[in-house]
Amino acid sequence: MGSYIARRLLNYVVLLFIAVSLSYFLAATQLHPRQLYQLINPPLDPVSVESNLRSRNLSDQVPLLERYAAWLKGIVLHWDWGQAPKGGEVVGEVGRRIGVSIRLITLGSLLGTLVGVLLGAWTATRQYKPSDRASTAGSLFILSVPAFVIASALQVLATKLNNATGVRMFEFVGETGDHGSYPGAALADRVQHLLLPTIALTLINLAFFSRIQRNLMLDALGSDFVRTARAKGLRRSRAVMKHALRTSLIPTGTYFAFSIATLFTGATFMEIMFSFHGMGEYGVSTITGQDVNGTVAVVAFSGACVLVGAVLSDIAVAILDPRVRLS
Amino acid sequence: MGQNLLEVADESTTAQPVTPQGGESKRISRSQLILRRFLRNKSAVVGLVLIIVFVVLALAGPYLSHWSYDQVDRYAYLKPPSNRHPLGSTQSGRDMMALTLRGLRKSLLIGFLVAILSTGTAAIIGSFAAYFGGWFERVALWVIDLLLVVPSFLLIAVLTTGASKGPNSWLLLVVLLAAFGWMLSARVVRSLTLSIKEREYVQAARFMGLGAPTTIVRHILPNISSLLIIDATLNVSSAILAETGLSFFGFGVQPPDTSLGTLLGEGARQVNSFPWLFVSPAVAVVALVLCVNAVGDGLRDALDPNSASGGTAR
Repeated sequence: MGSYIARRLLNYVVLLFIAVSLSYFLAATQLHPRQLYQLINPPLDPVSVESNLRSRNLSDQVPLLERYAAWLKGIVLHWDWGQAPKGGEVVGEVGRRIGVSIRLITLGSLLGTLVGVLLGAWTATRQYKPSDRASTAGSLFILSVPAFVIASALQVLATKLNNATGVRMFEFVGETGDHGSYPGAALADRVQHLLLPTIALTLINLAFFSRIQRNLMLDALGSDFVRTARAKGLRRSRAVMKHALRTSLIPTGTYFAFSIATLFTGATFMEIMFSFHGMGEYGVSTITGQDVNGTVAVVAFSGACVLVGAVLSDIAVAILDPRVRLS
Repeated sequence: MGQNLLEVADESTTAQPVTPQGGESKRISRSQLILRRFLRNKSAVVGLVLIIVFVVLALAGPYLSHWSYDQVDRYAYLKPPSNRHPLGSTQSGRDMMALTLRGLRKSLLIGFLVAILSTGTAAIIGSFAAYFGGWFERVALWVIDLLLVVPSFLLIAVLTTGASKGPNSWLLLVVLLAAFGWMLSARVVRSLTLSIKEREYVQAARFMGLGAPTTIVRHILPNISSLLIIDATLNVSSAILAETGLSFFGFGVQPPDTSLGTLLGEGARQVNSFPWLFVSPAVAVVALVLCVNAVGDGLRDALDPNSASGGTAR
């Protein structure tokens, strides 16, 4: 099993390296940091612009492969992912933003996954009853609404509630804001700011996982081993919990491992709508800001997340599936 | 799957290819059966009817409103819905109804084109990889893995930012959305083809000297057509949502042209003060995606021989 995981890991690392290198070439040819300097009025001295760009390894007059070699050397030797065209180091920025993203997405995604799996499993045992129809229709509806529309709708509702009650219950700009000086005020402030994005993320994850879990559970419930369990006299609740639910949780685990990977970039809309300065927002602002190094760092980060998710799911499969474990 | 799909609803007949005209016994052809099962799913039927309505609206859009989408009304900047502008007007004095219909048209066009392109790519690459095996299969699987590792959203954004902005720049968006959307279905197509290519009729075709492309197109792809139809339908909705997301950030369809995503991106930022800028494109995109998803679900139930939701056969 160890060698199986190691082989997969090596494969993923090679894949990630090639993917990041290709995105470097893509970003370096498609984004134009020089434009940022050309927009300035009165025009800057071309020589100083050029030297500024060269010092950051961003000049399009240096051959692409030379820039790539310098960029790669910086990462391998000093873990230096380069600089923004007009800002500071990419590494520090990414480090700070990962924390913001984690604070934003953890609660909502865990809650959504848990409730979604339970809801999906429960509705599968009640197929085509009103509760199942309602839950299926509800999750289909949520999945059909773009994430930022959900966020906007929640913001409108929250504003109405705030105005109606006269209390600023919901905050939706940024991570923190003005707060009183009573004990725990800072924490309460953070919770207030997290409330709406967490509701939005929970809804989206709930819809996604309840749909998946319902389908898997329906397959499991229709399978022979559940019928056998019932036939030998097991109570229905026990057959469902012990035999159907456990089996159907295995593929859900794989989905969850991969969803961890896409969470960081998937929460981009929430970050923008609720002004959280996390990784997703960084990805968008680096592209609009012609920041080659920043863009590649975000691509590398999300690629690394996919890799972690893939390894986690491989490990889960290796533990749960005897055919993989024993071969 | 494959041959199992050939299903006969009537319990008294045996499973054999059925002639279109069943005669006195209650035999029905496969397409009749699928149609019957699809029609039983009320939400799918409603979805299909609404999609047709949307297509008609999008096509007839220019004739429904006497404002054209790029016409500026200098007497109505940012006005709420009125008789003059039934859905309100934008900051630059453009009519919201004309803009929404124009956006609907673009979103529909992008959704269907991307679905056809990406499902087609998935079908061709997946089936050829499985049929030929060897190095071609290994390269294809490797490319699929590579494309799954990179965040497609960011790369599409990089490429559309770098590309020239012309009236036809949305075609590039279509190509990119398709290029990053075919991988998972290609894997499924490959695994289905692996089992189908061992079937006798495929072997027979091969031994009769039929070329590989003909064998694949004539004998393998029709047998996974149900998967491809479902996949294409669901690709329509995911492409519309992806386009909406990209345009929201300004990476998608560029002004003066418009799509539902572009409109939503402008409207979402001022939804509390000027809700009419947001409501009509939001309703349009949600209704459209919901209908496509409902049709996809209905097709899945109708085409899947193991599905129980078709009701009991009479």
